[in-house]
Amino acid sequence: MKLTGTSVRRVEDRAILCGSTRYLDDIRIPGTLHCAIVRSQLARGRLASIDVSEAASAAGVVRVFTASDLGPSNGPIPQPTWFPAPEGLRKHIEVMTRPEYAHLLAPGRVRYVGEPVAAVLATSPYAAADGAREVYVDYEPQDPVVNIEQSRALRGGPLNDGRPDNLAARFVVRKGDVDFAFARADHVVSGTFRTGRQTGTPIEPRGVLADPTRPVFTVWSSNQAPHWLRDALATYFGLDPADIRVVAPDVGGGFGIKSMVYPEELLIPGLARLTGAPVKWVETRTENFLAAVHARDQRHSIELALAGDGRFLGLRDTFTTDAGASNLESLVVPYNTAAHLQGTYRIPAALIVHESYLTNKAPLSAYRGAGRPEAVFPVERIIDVAARELGIDPAALRQKNLITGDEMPYQAGIRYRDGTPLSLDGGDYRAVFDEALRRADVKYWREEQSRGRPEGRLLGIGYANYIEGTGIGPTEKAIAALEPDGTVSITVALPSQGQGHATMLGQLTADGLGVPLESVQVRQGDTALLPTGAGTIASRTAVVVGSAVSVASAELRLQVLDRAAGLLEVDPDDLTIRDGRVSVIGAPARSVPLVDCADPDIGPPLTATAGFDPGRVTFAYGAHIAVVEVHPVTGHVSILKYVVVHDCGKLINPMIVDGQVVGGIAQGIGAALSEELLYDESGQLATASFLDYQIPRSTDMPSPEVYHFETPSELNPLGVRGVGEAGTIGPPAALAGAIEDAIGKAGVIIDRCPMPPSYIAGLIDSGVADT
Amino acid sequence: MYPPRFKYVPARSLEEAVDELANYGYEAKVLAGGQSLIPMMKLRLASPSVLIDISRLESLATISETAQEVRIGAMVTESALERSPVVAGWAPALIDTSRVIADPLVRNLATVGGNAAHGDPANDHPATLAATGASFTLLGPDGSRTVPAGDFFEDIFTTALEPDEIMTEIAVPKQKAGTGSAYIKYERQVGDYAIAGAAAYLKSDDSSTVGDARIYLTNLGPIPVRATDAESLLEGQTVSRRLFKEAGSAAACAAQPWSDMRGSSEYRRRVAAMVTGQALEKAWTRVRKGRHG
Amino acid sequence: MDESAATDRLDVSISVNGETVTASVEPRLLLAHFLREEAHLAGVRIGCDTTSCGACAVLLDGRAAKSCTLFTVQVADRTVTTIEGIADDDRLHPVQAAFREEHALQCGFCTSGFVMATIELLERNPEPDEREVREGLSGNLCRCTGYVNIVAAALRAANKVGRTGKGRM
Repeated sequence: MKLTGTSVRRVEDRAILCGSTRYLDDIRIPGTLHCAIVRSQLARGRLASIDVSEAASAAGVVRVFTASDLGPSNGPIPQPTWFPAPEGLRKHIEVMTRPEYAHLLAPGRVRYVGEPVAAVLATSPYAAADGAREVYVDYEPQDPVVNIEQSRALRGGPLNDGRPDNLAARFVVRKGDVDFAFARADHVVSGTFRTGRQTGTPIEPRGVLADPTRPVFTVWSSNQAPHWLRDALATYFGLDPADIRVVAPDVGGGFGIKSMVYPEELLIPGLARLTGAPVKWVETRTENFLAAVHARDQRHSIELALAGDGRFLGLRDTFTTDAGASNLESLVVPYNTAAHLQGTYRIPAALIVHESYLTNKAPLSAYRGAGRPEAVFPVERIIDVAARELGIDPAALRQKNLITGDEMPYQAGIRYRDGTPLSLDGGDYRAVFDEALRRADVKYWREEQSRGRPEGRLLGIGYANYIEGTGIGPTEKAIAALEPDGTVSITVALPSQGQGHATMLGQLTADGLGVPLESVQVRQGDTALLPTGAGTIASRTAVVVGSAVSVASAELRLQVLDRAAGLLEVDPDDLTIRDGRVSVIGAPARSVPLVDCADPDIGPPLTATAGFDPGRVTFAYGAHIAVVEVHPVTGHVSILKYVVVHDCGKLINPMIVDGQVVGGIAQGIGAALSEELLYDESGQLATASFLDYQIPRSTDMPSPEVYHFETPSELNPLGVRGVGEAGTIGPPAALAGAIEDAIGKAGVIIDRCPMPPSYIAGLIDSGVADT
Repeated sequence: MYPPRFKYVPARSLEEAVDELANYGYEAKVLAGGQSLIPMMKLRLASPSVLIDISRLESLATISETAQEVRIGAMVTESALERSPVVAGWAPALIDTSRVIADPLVRNLATVGGNAAHGDPANDHPATLAATGASFTLLGPDGSRTVPAGDFFEDIFTTALEPDEIMTEIAVPKQKAGTGSAYIKYERQVGDYAIAGAAAYLKSDDSSTVGDARIYLTNLGPIPVRATDAESLLEGQTVSRRLFKEAGSAAACAAQPWSDMRGSSEYRRRVAAMVTGQALEKAWTRVRKGRHG
Repeated sequence: MDESAATDRLDVSISVNGETVTASVEPRLLLAHFLREEAHLAGVRIGCDTTSCGACAVLLDGRAAKSCTLFTVQVADRTVTTIEGIADDDRLHPVQAAFREEHALQCGFCTSGFVMATIELLERNPEPDEREVREGLSGNLCRCTGYVNIVAAALRAANKVGRTGKGRM
């Protein structure tokens, strides 16, 4: 029986459930020094002096480092070359981007609360923490820049010495004649919408361990992209990449925020080399909030032009991001926003302008969804505004403008982030939305809404449609090998952070070769095993790595058949592999077990390497519908129904796919209702714990219903489209629409997420009742 | 996160605990359930040099009853309280309260005494204990004394508990026929402090008019805020939903909320009105039930 | 600097997963660190600083507790059960099996805590409804699953407990 397409239970689970997985902090090397990092308590200032004398003599402390101890090796640190806009894109848009990278330890000035200032090495984590308390930093405070207005006004002068202003990046994307579109429009609606500053909060915080005592300098990091880190380390140390091994061990969630190269990921290896001892640093949750990247925080001023019948004619959007202290991401996330802004809709003309500004906050970068929730929120909001102004049902207005299957492939008229023309490759956006309307039983809920009104019940329905470019390049490789014991090993570059890659890739291999899943072993996330690779990001693993594994498995199958043909003295075409045995078709008694084909006496090891280059991205898409009830006094939101219809092409493991979607929805619900990183006027982060940055708990989550369309992608041999980020994209928009509908008052427009109860209660009080 | 060093003094008896506390004075803190103190120490917001551990004093971990009172040892955990039939029968408002404190795992260790003695205006028990007319037994070098819960809280993190005293017991008058009490909290999420919380106590001789009323609010002032105007508004009146709603509004006027991440002071006042009304309704249901009458 | 650091250690012995673990510890050593470093039970995870996430949950005398918010010395002579101590050799505990069957885990970092919390929940309430499960597990944070499958796993394990009488600690 084919395993692909079935909900095989995961091969990873047993170890996890018995507590025997090994995350970063579980790796023990004798003689390890433990690092505690002293972080800036000030948002902006000069470092007048750092007194480390007491810390250095504290019990158990071995050495204390500041920027001056590191000298020129303090950075700035390289980021993956993947991040800036590729030439293919630069040719087609107006673009300016200024890289603004971090140092390992603050070099004479601090730029955000939480920036590393000093590192204390000690014989135990307790001693390191004690030592860190004894480092005394004397700051000369400067005026902190805590919002874009202050950044534009150059409060306290430019944040980066030698730059004329605080602009970190700017681009303009044009499609068609947008001025003409607006000139001939019957209706123009506009609004300003903001997505709050949020972060991924994997339950395992970051961590790094470096061992300079091994023959090959080895660095373990709780990281989504070990190969990028290896390259950054090689550049930093001036070493050949082959002389550094980076391993991503079991990783306790990433969600994008573990995909960049952080100062600590170079600092810890640097300190290990300076001291000659293994050094370990494990992030605290507080540090994770202060110093791991933040995300979202976009403000869109958006205008939609419509014809009298509701057809969209044009879109103008100017959006800004609060980049924080470093322009880590360059254009990745903002350009993703631009590329996904038209989304599932027919929009003949568009003008998209983006500006990103430096401030004294933790750097902004990618978090699951990476620009897409930020695009879908303002677009779906402005569609709701238009529906109200035109007096059209919001679902009907969407139906009128959704791209249908007949129009595929649909050229969006702009470039994707990799520089290729953005081409929507199949599916039926209208049909998926219609199915969602049916599944959610919107008709019933509209009646229920009317019944509830006289009793003061506030029920509402909200919609979100989205696309997601998935499976971006570059090439990923896979090695399939027949092991001496007759099992099959698969080696891939990308690590897993809970997505079940070992199971999913194992299913593809088991089917490709005709072996049981139990005899497939997947190795991943170690640059020593496979020296090239990018990262587990951007919903790309199933598409790119899955395809490579499938090709490699097929190639290994041919090799095995050849070898077995020799043993059985038949033509390879007459053989098949089932349950780990190669047998003659029609004469199953004539067979050899795979282990015989691996006999070193009869030939060299059988191994096949394949790479897969996706060329361009393949688009997943979907529709979310939320039905909510809003408490008229507290503003508390109860989600009564949450329906997703999603198309990510062929499902390799439906159980895992649904798990990805539902988990993403939980993050989207948090983004919609409760999660926000708030800085005060002095640049202190007021939400640096789970007490104040509230991610959903079991009592906050509904049980969403997830349905699938399976339109095969033609861009890869598996017919799959990525699914990792989909769930996060829809909820802020769908819930904002539903809550606004529930409040149901003229003039009440939800213009931001998150929407905590206090904000919603304020809206209930404002505005005037709809007639 | 790693707490600072301290000297650990496990108390083998209550007397020893009091002696050690006198011995170390201000340097020492009493370690009960530790669910507030240990997180503070991990964040190094507290660094007592001595911890006197009373968590093994079995005598403080019992719930008993007399004819008039339910007597709850200070070391009774929230989860034990939550599941106590005696408390459920005679002081159900305390169960309402326990169930909304922190989260189920924390409640397995957190103690009622710790919650009451800490003096944190965000803690939930103080309002309930004040409304139900509870009193605290405080043991010090000169023996024990009893302080009514309504007089115990003096200012934010300041209580009648002297530095050399330990809270040993909480006595809650049995909710008898014609009386009822309840606690309602609105929070953003499990584990959070109240946006507003209200404890209500009602007494009625005829099951239709309010005799006595006591209302205290959580996290709406430096100490549990007594809503005296709301109480007077209720007393002598015939019960109706409208009456409770008006009392809620009056209670909201007594509240002294500050604006924070949970909402503006105006918003928190509005929620205070709601939870007060709800607490009164629930308390009234219990008056009418009169299970122990 | 602090000469007393070494002498301040206290000898403790704790029954962990049926075996007595003895060590000389600083009073400030948190139980979570004791279990991970002294008892070598790395299945106890640490995910926050504020007693919020429950990744470190273990059973202390049968009750689920956050081991990051207990000093080791408080637990001397008591009984601790961790994720490593619940399977019957190769046979998973019914709660473990239900988590796998329902895909109630992804990255796995929160899983130990959820399994321990679920075991206690079902011990206290063998036939919970969905609301009771959600409330019972509200002291644990998961960032991957959205909880739906965790709740399903707890309900599945509850049925199993009902049928076979297994699953009690």
